[in-house]
Amino acid sequence: MTWVLIALLVVPLVGALVVAFLRKDDKKAKLVALAFSLVELVLAGLLWFAYDPDGDRIQLASGVDWIPAFGVRLQFGIDGIALVMIAVIALLIPLVIGAGWTEKLPAGRSQGGYLSLILIQEAVTVGVFAATDVFLFYVLFEVMLIPMYFLIGGYGGARRQYAAVKFFLYSFLGGLIMLASAIGAYAMASDELGKGTFDWATLVKVVSDADSTTQTWLFLGFFLAFAIKAPLVPFHTWLPDAAAEAPIGVTVIVVGILDKVGTFGMLRYLLPMFPEASKNLAPYVLVLAVAGVLYGSLLATGQRDMKRFLAYVSIAHFGFIALGIFSFTSQAGVGSVSYMLNHSISTGMLILVVGMVIARGGSSLISDYGGMSKVAPLLSGMLLLAGLTTLSLPGTNSFVSEFLVLIGSFPTRPVFTIIATVGMVLAALYVLWLYQRIMTGPLRGDALIGAAAGQRSDSPSGSVGTLEKKTAIGDLSKREIAVLAPLVVIVLALGFYPQPVLDVITPTVGATLTEVGVTDPVTVQEGK
Amino acid sequence: MNLLVAQAQQIEAPEIHYGAIAPLLIVLGAACISVLLEALLPKHQRWAVQLVLTLLTLVGAVGSLILYATSERPEQGVATLAGAIAVDSPSLFLWVTLLVLGFGSVLLIADRSVEPGGAFVAQAAIRPGTVQDRAQATKTGMQTEVFPLTLFALGGMMTFVAANDLLTMFIALEVLSLPLYLLCGLARRRRLLSQEAAVKYFLLGAFASAFFLYGVALLYGYAGSVKLSAIATAAGGTDRSDTLLFAGFGLLVVGLLFKAAVGPFHAWTPDVYQGAPTPITAFMAACTKVAAFGGILRVLTVAFENTQWEWRGVLYGVAVVSMVIGAILGLTQTDVKRMIAYSSVAHAGFLLIGSIALTPEGDNPGVSATMFYLLAYGFTTIAAFGIVSLVRNSDGEATHLSQWAGLAKRSPIVAATFTFLLLALAGIPLTSGFIGKFVVFSAAIEAGLTPLVVIALVASAVAAFFYLRVIVLMYFSDPAPDGPTVTVPGAFTTIAITLGAVVTLVLGLWPTFVLDWAGTGSFLS
Repeated sequence: MTWVLIALLVVPLVGALVVAFLRKDDKKAKLVALAFSLVELVLAGLLWFAYDPDGDRIQLASGVDWIPAFGVRLQFGIDGIALVMIAVIALLIPLVIGAGWTEKLPAGRSQGGYLSLILIQEAVTVGVFAATDVFLFYVLFEVMLIPMYFLIGGYGGARRQYAAVKFFLYSFLGGLIMLASAIGAYAMASDELGKGTFDWATLVKVVSDADSTTQTWLFLGFFLAFAIKAPLVPFHTWLPDAAAEAPIGVTVIVVGILDKVGTFGMLRYLLPMFPEASKNLAPYVLVLAVAGVLYGSLLATGQRDMKRFLAYVSIAHFGFIALGIFSFTSQAGVGSVSYMLNHSISTGMLILVVGMVIARGGSSLISDYGGMSKVAPLLSGMLLLAGLTTLSLPGTNSFVSEFLVLIGSFPTRPVFTIIATVGMVLAALYVLWLYQRIMTGPLRGDALIGAAAGQRSDSPSGSVGTLEKKTAIGDLSKREIAVLAPLVVIVLALGFYPQPVLDVITPTVGATLTEVGVTDPVTVQEGK
Repeated sequence: MNLLVAQAQQIEAPEIHYGAIAPLLIVLGAACISVLLEALLPKHQRWAVQLVLTLLTLVGAVGSLILYATSERPEQGVATLAGAIAVDSPSLFLWVTLLVLGFGSVLLIADRSVEPGGAFVAQAAIRPGTVQDRAQATKTGMQTEVFPLTLFALGGMMTFVAANDLLTMFIALEVLSLPLYLLCGLARRRRLLSQEAAVKYFLLGAFASAFFLYGVALLYGYAGSVKLSAIATAAGGTDRSDTLLFAGFGLLVVGLLFKAAVGPFHAWTPDVYQGAPTPITAFMAACTKVAAFGGILRVLTVAFENTQWEWRGVLYGVAVVSMVIGAILGLTQTDVKRMIAYSSVAHAGFLLIGSIALTPEGDNPGVSATMFYLLAYGFTTIAAFGIVSLVRNSDGEATHLSQWAGLAKRSPIVAATFTFLLLALAGIPLTSGFIGKFVVFSAAIEAGLTPLVVIALVASAVAAFFYLRVIVLMYFSDPAPDGPTVTVPGAFTTIAITLGAVVTLVLGLWPTFVLDWAGTGSFLS
């Protein structure tokens, strides 16, 4: 079944190529892109069944030599965490394409170019999660920036140039520092083995035995890259700009998928390669994580722009994920990984719903809306559901993960956990307040009333406009329902029965913790 | 009488290994023939004949080189012409690099489709703004002196990287520099800038040569010989005055760093890059860099390896200064050519890192890494300048950055190629620029220069900003209504740009072949 993984890498690239030739015909481009992304989804489904949770650490591995002089190989394989992430990418991309179906691109831009970049982004991101060669990982980590740079810069809002360059430079700098560490690890391996290699498994063996000073330096190089990517406070400032300026589908990809590379990298690279340093530096990382939870929550509460709001919500969530990872218990680890998945789904859904709101009002300012549930009850319900899963209401998918993170972190890190719990309260505040301002009360706001007035330029007064808007602002269309329906199903399904996902994740998290060499207090207690 | 005969018998003619130095002889010989053709042929025939001769020369030189490289030859290389020229593996690699990059540059130089009559005027010294000046600027007959001048410069460069003693090196330095000074002053457009460039380059270059020569003199005083190996032996274990050695080394290196445009000896670079005709800028940026760093590598590894702990700190500092100057001043540039000039200063800093990555055990990972970097950087630069020469308005090249706004809308292919080249200069993976940086930095880490590598990485990130700025302009800005047009390039420029871009891509994807080749053998000592 190795071919499935390779096909997952190749199919979107072929799709991108085909779509790039359809720049003249927007409709055909959209259909072809959607078809390729659905094929990718089917392949991801096959991958899920091909993966054996109790099997090897890295499965479906395959590879060929690339640069023999440095022992670099094109080498791919997945563990449970990578599998989950690849699945969620494959799930979100068709939804993103569907959600952007009627979105108007800036003048002179074609759907063909846009969708082609999205498919390239999909392929490269799958590659980042599937790479098992550190050099290859770095290469894809940096290459991943290029399509995103053009997506934000070419198709975004007013300050897109600034946002695109900022996004690129932050990640590029982080990546370069990581490269220095990777070369350091390579140099150690070539000293020890007599022949250099970038193979992940080999490097884990070699580097994890290094003395703690060396580990600390190498750890910091990798950590900076992942902390920028994830993003942890104070390396987060690119995200609100990128999220606010990107078109809504791209925001889903940035927040829902790309950011996960950061936390994935922590689990796959930081912990196994530098166990000593990870343990020593964990308190500092946890300070950043908890700071992220509080800072992100507070700033989300204060945002006036919905897209920036989404970015800060994510920053808070990444604080939780990092808390779980650096608590070194299997419950918290499993919680973090499932949080990575659930964050993609619930925040992805929230972004898509917010995108639908913005598509109706033409503004991303919260103050431009009000009382929308009167004209769009279904949309309002979806925003509430997406909001509730974002604040981790029991019965939704995120609850399971957030609960696991907190309960798993408490035994080892009680103080941090207690502080982070405040974030849950703030989450209720910012989500419900957002819902209240946009959806409830009398119909108001420039975007809603203005949109109606704009359509009837001869309307004599505002009161007529208020009547007219009922026809101007419609409820969810069939297409939008089709986009949101799968997410609703998954949110509820994983909320009530998360076991299939947890089964896939648990062995990998267990293996990661074994590589770190911590005895898991929770498991020990259960053993007694 | 008998005495004289006896003395004459004692002087033996040096043994000449013709096979080894054939490429050098071909290039210099063809340069002489080319001068004769210039004198003898009628004017309308010159361009075609000179071009064919030059290209054939380069192909022939590469051919003879391959013939020699694949034949039975001593593993460690041969020293010929009484030890003045060392033909070893690095020499051969650098020769091929120079010849192929020279080939690309000659294609750019020969192009007449972009600028009617080529990018050159006949006389560099006519005062700008005068009647004669305007007359020669509008004359469309291509001036063909540039071909022999280029060949001489190339011959000088090849000698420079193979020079085994400092005097040969100095002569080669002059042979490569003098034609370049002249070529810089020949731009058809913006004559004043071009003349300024030539004068500036000449004056500063003359200074640098003087430094170099003074250094040679001091080193001769120290070692009693100008041979690189003799200096190494002398430095290996004597009680001679170190003052002479290090003063000599310092002066010598200043001369070399000047040619390589390493900061803080870079002051000429932006002005000369901007003022020189663009094909010549491409030639200088690619080939002079290769020659200068080839010389630096040889001098450092052959003559001064034993004393590396004394000088490494100094060059360490120079590399930092160069990277910082290149990256930070590059941010403030508004002219494409000046921007690439500052980028070349930053790249020179990276190259210097590779050049000083010597390990005490004597295996020098930096040598092959630096040579690979030179090859990769040369191709990228030639293609980049090729594209700069295409974007024009009525005043010639539109090099001001604001004029590049929205270029992608009008010329998507040119913009995409330039973007790719800029990403290569920034060192993004899947380009040769990245592999180059990677090999240099890993060599440096192996040689214990980790802090320097971290500084270099930060500098790369800063430098990435100004490359990105150009991409932003081309893709995300709206074109100016009176913006420049992109000339459809003729066959020569197209081939040169394609060659550069393809090599940049191929070396980014499959660098193994060239890496292996750069890694065979070391300098003859």
